[in-house]
Amino acid sequence: MTAGPAPRFPHRHLLGVGELSPRDIGDLLDLADGYVALNRRAEKKQEKLRGRTQINMFFESSTRTRTSFELAGKRLGADVINMSPATSAIKKGETLIDTAATLNAMRPDVLVVRHPDSGAVKLLANAVNAAVVNAGDGSHEHPTQALLDALTIRRRLGRLSGLTVAICGDIAHSRVARSNILLFNIMGARVRLVAPPTLVPTAADRYGVEIHHDMRAGLKDVDIVMMLRLQTERMQGSFVPSEREYFQFYGLDYDKLAVAKPDALIMHPGPMNRGTEIDSEVADDINRSVILDQVEMGVAVRQACLEALARNLDDPEHNR
Amino acid sequence: MSAWIADLAVKKRKAGRVAYLNARLVDPASGRDEMGGLVADGETIADLGPHIARDGIADDIETVDAEGHVLAPGLVDMRAHLREPGFEHQETIHSASRSAAVGGVTTVACMPGTDPPIDNVSLVHFIERRARETSLVKVHPIAAVTKARGGEQLTEIGLLAEAGAVAFSDGLHTIMNANVLRRALAYGTIFDALIVHHAEDTNLSGSGAMNSGEVSTRLGLPGIPAESEIVIVARDIRLAEMTGGRLHLAHLTTAESIDLVRRAKARGLEVTADTAPHYLTLNENAVGDYRTFAKVRPPLRAEDDRQAAVAALRDGAIDTVVSDHAPHDQDSKRQPFAQAAFGVVGLETMLPLVLELVHNGHLSLSDALATVTFRPADLLKLKAGRLQPGWPADLVLIDTETPWRIDNKAFQSKSKNSPFEDRPVRGRAVRTVVSGRTVYRLGGEARSVLAKIRPA
Repeated sequence: MTAGPAPRFPHRHLLGVGELSPRDIGDLLDLADGYVALNRRAEKKQEKLRGRTQINMFFESSTRTRTSFELAGKRLGADVINMSPATSAIKKGETLIDTAATLNAMRPDVLVVRHPDSGAVKLLANAVNAAVVNAGDGSHEHPTQALLDALTIRRRLGRLSGLTVAICGDIAHSRVARSNILLFNIMGARVRLVAPPTLVPTAADRYGVEIHHDMRAGLKDVDIVMMLRLQTERMQGSFVPSEREYFQFYGLDYDKLAVAKPDALIMHPGPMNRGTEIDSEVADDINRSVILDQVEMGVAVRQACLEALARNLDDPEHNR
Repeated sequence: MSAWIADLAVKKRKAGRVAYLNARLVDPASGRDEMGGLVADGETIADLGPHIARDGIADDIETVDAEGHVLAPGLVDMRAHLREPGFEHQETIHSASRSAAVGGVTTVACMPGTDPPIDNVSLVHFIERRARETSLVKVHPIAAVTKARGGEQLTEIGLLAEAGAVAFSDGLHTIMNANVLRRALAYGTIFDALIVHHAEDTNLSGSGAMNSGEVSTRLGLPGIPAESEIVIVARDIRLAEMTGGRLHLAHLTTAESIDLVRRAKARGLEVTADTAPHYLTLNENAVGDYRTFAKVRPPLRAEDDRQAAVAALRDGAIDTVVSDHAPHDQDSKRQPFAQAAFGVVGLETMLPLVLELVHNGHLSLSDALATVTFRPADLLKLKAGRLQPGWPADLVLIDTETPWRIDNKAFQSKSKNSPFEDRPVRGRAVRTVVSGRTVYRLGGEARSVLAKIRPA
């Protein structure tokens, strides 16, 4: 699929977009492009991770991300094991570091980790020999989501630089938003945040973004509208008065979308709350909505990340 | 002297062309204070100025001789409890509107402490409909900041604002959770919502019944310390600064809390505040021998505090005067002091008590009227409170001089709980005009005499 030797990925772990260079991102997206094509074939199995062990540790429930990582690993030939909090020793009072040390002794090659606490994945990465992929830590980062969003956009519009992206919704609690803001900044896209003040994190204006509380002003002439999920418990009057009011002022419907560019893409990391942050019709608009593309790109991007990290496992320089 | 109040049929009549002649035109917003006339065409002001005199007026225009009285914008009361729905035995929108008309008040913003409370869009619609059907004056709802005024969950501030809520307040319920008020102020910025907050630390106040001081000790009544107000005002100012929200502090009563607002304004913060006539004219001594009509929340304070409130009106630390109209039936007030309800009726006494500040040399007439006309109207973003062509013909004709005594029994309000019974005052509304239609007139030929008001 790709010509010539694949470029070396200069990181032992993939913990956040913040540590990546434009070149790192470009290389991962190039690599992922190839996997998109491969995944559309009947025979999807690769040998790149043959003999490797990948453990998916999800300390927070997830269906789509875990499945995506599992498929990515399996399609690359790895032995994939899923571990979830319900069946883990964490429930029995073990500390995160002890869990990591125990797993480390079993000599896994790749750990894919999701954790409800910001910074927990890095803490764990420091305690293991395996390559660690951050599958989302608290409200901090979710690098593979930002990469799959970037791949989706690049394949549709051919570029990232110069685009204007509106990220809308619960920015304050969103790791997806943080990773995307970082990635778009690195790749030269302009970012607008659209949310009520209660859902914008402190000092967000220092991230080189425009902040809009009026959704119509925020969506004006944008190329991409990226909606975020708003958790139900935040809509009962604490951060937002009600779902009804939220949809009225911050829900994406055709009326508000009309001010964006005519071919603006609609994205959502899922799972969607139809009728809260996004109108059903808009979500299902096959000409605009790339929400299912994002899911497809997710597997390819994760394959690319796993491959890039696995390649380093053979490199003595990157082994402890 | 007889008085006439319009019945509701007045609302169905078309407002004609009326010329008010021989008036002292006082418009605090523009600083106008001159003899002249004003022409109302239908529901709006068409023209005003010294050039309007009897000579130039066509024969077919109704004329009103102002007899040299002050013609000012109708009063705008930005905080009154109208008790409907839920407490109609104390007041209704209709009875309150009659009370307002007598008091020269043409616009009332009503508080959400009704039952059910005004915390959702349907209640806003209800108030608007009842006002349309039963009120002689303009009524605008203030919606709750938190659901059921519980201090925890935000109301649908955006939808309520779109429905017509002019401000947001939990009434006498302090939002004690600072994070909730922080979010309300922050969220409110989207809609430029005015958050009107009652500043009282409920833990410090406890079961307090009056100002904490020598009098409360002597009477053996639990006290409400000045600090109860001060600490919340200090906190709220920080939250306003943090969020950029529009904070309006309700009925400030202590010298120190007022000074905090003064300093916040000096720092450029958009914090505003009001107080009520009783805090400007009475002190804790009014409680006297357990007079429950003087039981208000916040309580009547020390004399120094009263003087500080008057001074604050003069230097602008306090922006507006509100009636704080809080009608209570006899059973709520005829109680041992500690058990009696808090609150006084105020719509009918606001103007004479504000005029008292003028007569005592504290404020010019224009500065005094500013606190009850365009300033509250501006805070609520209402097109009211100004004598200006194209603006609504909401007017009050004020006799500023004639002395009289306040008579609780003559109140149009369903409730009579006023501590000002028998107080000698000077000046009152002699005609009140809402949207070009006269709704109240003192003296003159009575179409139907509804109130006998005791002569001085």
